[in-house]
Amino acid sequence: MDALDQLAKTFFDWEAMAAVIPNMLTVGLPNTLILAVSSGVLGCILGMILAVMGTSRSTALRLLSRIYTDIFRGVPAIVVILLIGIGLGPVIRQLTGSTNPFPLGILALTLMASAYIGEIFRSGIQSVEKGQLEASRALGFSYNSSMRLVVIPQGIRRVLPALVNQFISLIKDSSLIYLLGLLASQREIFRIGNDAAANTGNLSPLIAAAAMYLVLTVPLTHLVNYIDNRLRTGRPEKKQPDDAAALIGKGAQP
Amino acid sequence: MSDFASGSLTGKNLHLSFGSNHVLRGIDLHVEKGTTASVIGPSGSGKSTLLRVMNRLIEPDQGDILLDGRSVLKDNPDELRQRIGMVFQQFNLFPHKTVVDNVSLALRKLRKLPDEQARAEALEQLDLVGLKHKADARPANLSGGQQQRVAIARALAMKPEVMFFDEATSALDPELVKGVLALMADLAKGGMTMVVVTHEMGFSRNVSDTVTFMDAGVVVESGPPEQLFTDPRTERLQGFLSDVL
Repeated sequence: MDALDQLAKTFFDWEAMAAVIPNMLTVGLPNTLILAVSSGVLGCILGMILAVMGTSRSTALRLLSRIYTDIFRGVPAIVVILLIGIGLGPVIRQLTGSTNPFPLGILALTLMASAYIGEIFRSGIQSVEKGQLEASRALGFSYNSSMRLVVIPQGIRRVLPALVNQFISLIKDSSLIYLLGLLASQREIFRIGNDAAANTGNLSPLIAAAAMYLVLTVPLTHLVNYIDNRLRTGRPEKKQPDDAAALIGKGAQP
Repeated sequence: MSDFASGSLTGKNLHLSFGSNHVLRGIDLHVEKGTTASVIGPSGSGKSTLLRVMNRLIEPDQGDILLDGRSVLKDNPDELRQRIGMVFQQFNLFPHKTVVDNVSLALRKLRKLPDEQARAEALEQLDLVGLKHKADARPANLSGGQQQRVAIARALAMKPEVMFFDEATSALDPELVKGVLALMADLAKGGMTMVVVTHEMGFSRNVSDTVTFMDAGVVVESGPPEQLFTDPRTERLQGFLSDVL
């Protein structure tokens, strides 16, 4: 029993968790969201540019997009964050006098996210039937207008689930920013949990951090499933006669 | 059906190759203003490609295209396509837009009409094809026949001088074909210049003013429908007609 008690105390010390949760909610959560949302939005913008380049008729633009994507998808996140954050830090400090690591952290996250988001958008754009572009061009729209008005909007819709998955990734990857050195007020969820764990020698604050991440990511996972289902069936919550029949057929109550 | 400001259309000696595949081998096609030309022939004969070359969705390797007697090969192809409406086998409505937005899109973005006026004109076009009551539905919630009628309204909204139909009824269930063909016949009667690629021999025979029979990238025979259908001169057309009739 001693061993079990020991484990319970290490992981589920409620008092240690209660001590860290207020700080996580008021400081960690907003900072995590700032990192994830801003790099998510910037990543979508840069990703769309990469996708348009990747599907363009110019070989040079396609190649450029390809090289960028290969590099930033192929290098571990921690390497990019360290290279950008530590490498460019002094330059930013000289130029702006700011030592805030957030802008460079967001930049590093954006560069990586855009490589993935660019591929997501590209696959969406390429999945739109050729007839859509043809119909739009037959109406008299130019190639660029056709892409902007007809093809890209449909492509984006199809990849919304993958996009939300990417955002979930960003929420988790934002924890790596701690490597750049954060002031007390700049700490995000993981760093607050980690500091408390280091100070007390007890891992419960990290369990609290994990729970906080789950509160953010699990609803998003279900949002993905909902969007996915809705995209497939075209409308929410409308039972087809066949669905009911299948249930009854299995002996279930309707 | 109101009358149209339609024009004549001529394709002269049109050639097109995809690599070593010589798809069009010197096609001549002339459609008088306000008349309907149907193009028939076995699949793979180049009929659909001919339409795409005549509105420059695909640029011809050789030959000339004249709209109202004037060559359009040096024009901006986007502007040329605003003057030629096209209807596709698979409808190709924009699924992310409502029916009325499908019809008004080009009016808003190309004709630069204010939203309200574009919507009013689009509703008028939908009324002509009998689908005003579906204006705010999504294309996916319409039957195939209704979708094709919306596609026709979308093309007509731009007030084209010529209309192309690329096997417009081939993807439809048999009971829906009639409505679309009746609408096409109305347009023909209203004086629209039309080029109709079709497998509907009844339509070709009864509605069109001229029939062109294509095979393997060449025009094998063309003339008034009575002549081609009752007195085909070439063996290839005789063979084709005995296969499809």
